[in-house]
Formats: sequence, structure tokens, C-alpha cells
Amino acid sequence: MRASPADQTILDRRNLDWYIDKVVQVLVFVGGISAIIFIIGIFVFITREGIGFIFSSWDPIEFFTSPRWAPTSSHNPTYGALALILGTASVTGLAMIVAVPFSLGAAIYIGEFASGKTRESLKVLVELLAAIPSVVWGFIGLSILNPLIIQWFNVPIGLNVLNAGVILGLMAAPIMTTIAEDALKAVPDTYREAAEAMGAARWQVIFKVVLPAAKPGLLAAVLLGVGRGFGETMAVLMASGHSINIPTSIFDSVRALTATIAAELGETAHGSDHYQALFVLGIFLFLITFLINLTADLVVRGIRNR
Amino acid sequence: MVEHGAENASTGENRANPTRMLEVRNLSISYGSKSALRDVTLDVRENEIFGIIGPANSGKTSFLRALNRMDVFTPGMNVEGEVLVSGKDVRSWRNLYALRRRIGVVFPLPVGLPMSVYDNVALAPRLSGIKKKAVLDVIVEKCLQRAALWDEVKDRLHSLGSLLSGGQQQRLTIARALSQDPDLLLLDEFSIAVDPVTTMRIEDILKELRKETTIVLVTNLVQQARRLADRTAFFLMGECVEVAETEDLFAGGVQDQRTREYVEGRFG
Ligand SMILES: Nc1ncnc2c1ncn2[C@@H]1O[C@H](COP(=O)(O)OP(=O)(O)OP(=O)(O)O)[C@@H](O)[C@H]1O
Ligand SMILES: [Mg+2]
Repeated sequence: MRASPADQTILDRRNLDWYIDKVVQVLVFVGGISAIIFIIGIFVFITREGIGFIFSSWDPIEFFTSPRWAPTSSHNPTYGALALILGTASVTGLAMIVAVPFSLGAAIYIGEFASGKTRESLKVLVELLAAIPSVVWGFIGLSILNPLIIQWFNVPIGLNVLNAGVILGLMAAPIMTTIAEDALKAVPDTYREAAEAMGAARWQVIFKVVLPAAKPGLLAAVLLGVGRGFGETMAVLMASGHSINIPTSIFDSVRALTATIAAELGETAHGSDHYQALFVLGIFLFLITFLINLTADLVVRGIRNR
Repeated sequence: MVEHGAENASTGENRANPTRMLEVRNLSISYGSKSALRDVTLDVRENEIFGIIGPANSGKTSFLRALNRMDVFTPGMNVEGEVLVSGKDVRSWRNLYALRRRIGVVFPLPVGLPMSVYDNVALAPRLSGIKKKAVLDVIVEKCLQRAALWDEVKDRLHSLGSLLSGGQQQRLTIARALSQDPDLLLLDEFSIAVDPVTTMRIEDILKELRKETTIVLVTNLVQQARRLADRTAFFLMGECVEVAETEDLFAGGVQDQRTREYVEGRFG
């Protein structure tokens, strides 16, 4: 078919839609690129602050194996981060033990069982919980959980791994619930219908079909929680006891990487070894978070392409 | 309802007659206040392919949903009347899951569950408690063979079922429905997303299956009903206009003008 000359000019002319389309494309591109630039910028900044120390007096063996974090010691400052790393890891680990069952259970209930009003009000409630500031959670750990732990377990101090883990778990659970529920909602109803039509009971549908189908999303929810645990500062600072220890039980007080940076950075001289060492902790945290996200991404992709 | 006179008289005397796989009495379905099906009465005989034709919105899918009691998970769907499977009212089954295991369903769009091909077919047997791998292997192979899919997937049994092509997934769905060893197989416009060649293959499979099971085939392809169905019902706007031997229906030997027009494609 041949276009008539009149058609030809219409086909050649760029109309308003074309320009709008281009503008939108550029805006989206700029938005996406700037997010990446910010992240790279942050990384460059923290690396620049810490890099001098890494190449001059940093001892990686000490950093990863010594529990002695004593940067202010006047004759022999040491920068062992092992206790801090284990502090963060133990608190995050316990937090996930608390948060994963809670949030998955809540998400399954909200997404698969609750309906109508119950469902809507539960969702609002969960969102409200997610909005509680972390300092409030820290306060709860300090003033409510602390005496309870002392009383129940008959230990001298209630600011420890248990306290911080529970607080962090409760804190991460709402946002994990929201993400997990989204993942469940993304499972098409046709799957549920097909399984139910085969005579599967409700719980069988959930465990055999819905959860496996939602696995990438659920995993994302859990890893988001882990990331939250590594990054959380204030609540952990208040609830963990903030004392340098290699934890051997959940009743030991610990200190977290983030809390160390927050508590000490204000008191260091700009550019001093101590200041730079704190930035090395920052680089380390950044890399860990990056690794967690990368693993998440790879695992999710692996599941998809199996 | 004059058209049903003959049918009703012949079924009235033998409610639990084993040659009647399915008996539907005065079935009405509504969604909230909106009626989708009114006062349908018909029988499906054992080992026949029973076709249901009719334009969109005539209530065909709703009819199927009432048969295996899928109304339970459709909020607002309301079913009145009786549906007897092998002489027993589906609503008197205490164990809904056992009822559904006797009835296989194939939906219009293929549903490859997000698990391996093998697990897709093994799901129903596993749900009913079969655990032995050897037994499952036999069932999986047999069902895939019968669904004419075995040759294409035997080397990729453990890759994701949802990665198969649309036509393969539809045959997978059929294999899955067969894995329950159903007494009654319900198909809802199965060829909607399937190419003509695959459609013909599935039609051949259905003709084979008729020897072992009873099939209710909803289709919007009038010619498909003609090729497959022993008897055919014509649904129109929530009403079962008539049930007739398929041959008669297409030979024009039907009472109702609307059926004749629909079959001949002269429908508005
Ligand atoms: N879940 C539902 N909620 C409300 N109304 C529904 C629902 N399902 C079907 N209906 C209504 O019931 C009527 C019959 O629908 P049904 O799906 O049974 O028709 P159908 O004959 O299968 O049509 P098609 O050939 O398009 O598949 C329609 O008017 C439809 O809007
Ligand atoms: Mg339909």
C-alpha cells in the first residue's frame, strides 16, 4: 500500500505526543542517573575520608581479628573491629529470628485470610507501626524491656543482645510485613484457583503454591530486614548496652558498628586517625550492605531462571 | 422451559442412576443481585462429551464453577438448586476437597504453576497423600503421555512449568487435571490461547479420554462442539435454551429458533 501525499506529511510531522514522550524520557533518565550518581558520590566521600588511614597505619589483621577497639588510648590506640562486627551480626541475627516468623505470619494472615474491614485496618496498623521513630523503639528497650529482662531472666543488666535483637526485630517486622504482603498479592489468583480446584486445602495452597511463587519477593523482604538491622543506629545504641564485648550469650552487652560511628564521630578531630578509622567502619558497612543487596539480587535472579 | 419436557421425563425416574454422571436440577446462579444463570436443568451421561455453547455472558463459566463448588471462594456468588455428581448432591459433601479431587478443571488460560513440570503434575497426587517417588513417576509419565506432552518435556521435567509455551502449558494443565484421575473433567474454552494444531491434538486427546471419563466442554467455537460433543446445550443470557444430540443440533432438527440462528452463525 502506498501512502497518499497528504498521509505522507502527517507521518513525517512530529506531533505534541512525540515531544512529551521525549521530555518524559529525559526526566526519567535524569532521575535514574542521579540516584546512581548520589550513591557513587556517597561512596567516594566516605572512601576519601578513610582511605588515607587504610594506606598509612591501618592493620587489616587487627581490624578483623582483634576485639580491642580503643582509638582514644593515648599511648597505644588499637582499632580492632571484631567485637563491633560480631555485635552488629548477633543483634541482626536475633532480630531476624524474631522478625521473620512475625512478619511472614502477619503477611500470610493479611494477604490470604483476612478480608474486607479486618484486612484494611490491619494494613493501616502495620503502616503505623512502621512509622514509629527508632528513638522511640530505643526508649522502649531502655525503659520497658530492660527491667523486664532483668526480672525474668535474673541477670544484672537488661541492655544486651536479647534486648536490642527483640527491639530491632519488632522494628523491622512492619516494613517486612508490608513487602511480604505485596509479594503475596502479586501471586496471580489463577494459581490459587487452579490449586483449590484440584482439591488443595487452604494451607496446602499457601505452602505448596503461593509461598513458592512469592519466594523472590519474600526473600527481598527478609534481606531488606537484614539491611535494616545492619544499618539501624539509634535503637541499637540505646538497647544493646553499648559496651565492647564478643558476645557469648544473648545476655551479653554489645556494641554495634553504626552505634560506634554515631557515638564517637562528634568527638574526634577532623582528619585524625580516630576520625579516619570511623570512616573505615563506614566503608565496611557500605560494602556489607552492598554485598547483601547483590546476593539478594543474584538469588532472586537464580530462582527466576531455574 | 417446554424444550426440556422430554429430558425431564426421562431423568425423573432414576435420580441415582449410575449412567448419569451429573444431574443438574433448577440451578440458578447470581452474583449479588445480578443473575447469571436461571433455572437450568440438565443431565450429563457417563462417558459422554457434553458440549455447552453460547455467546459471551451466557453463564457458561458460572455453570462450571457451580459444579465443583468453586462458588465457595467467589465472594458474592450465590448458587441455588441441586447439582448431583454420581447421584450425590455436591453441597452435601462434607469433604469439599475430596469432591474437587474427583473433578478435574481446565481453565480458559493455561495455568502453569510456578514449579517444575514434574511437580505440576505430581501436585494433586501428592495432595491426596501419595509420597513414593516410583508411584509418582508412573503417574506423571502416564498423564503427560495422555496429554500428548511427554515427548516434548521428558528431558526437561525439572524445569519450570511456567516457562513452557502457551500451548504446552495448556496441555500441562490437562495433564494436571488428569493426574487426579477425575470422574468428571470440566473444560472451559480451553483453546482460547492455543494454536489450531495444538487444539486439534487436544481434541484428539479428549476423544480418547471419553472412554474413561466424562467431559463437560464449554466452548465458544460452535464447530468444536460439533466435532467433539455427543450432546450439546445452548446457553443464552443465563438461560439453557435447549439440550440436544449434537447431530440434531447441527442438522437443524431443533425446536428453538434462537439455537438454530446461533449455530448457523446468524446471531446478532
Ligand atoms: N466473579 C463474578 N462477580 C460478579 N459477576 C460475575 C462474576 N463472574 C461472572 N459474573 C457475571 O455473570 C455473568 C455470566 O458470566 P460467565 O462468566 O458465566 O459467562 P460466560 O458464558 O462464561 O461468558 P464468556 O463466554 O465470555 O466466558 C456475566 O454477566 C458476568 O458479568
Ligand atoms: Mg467463560
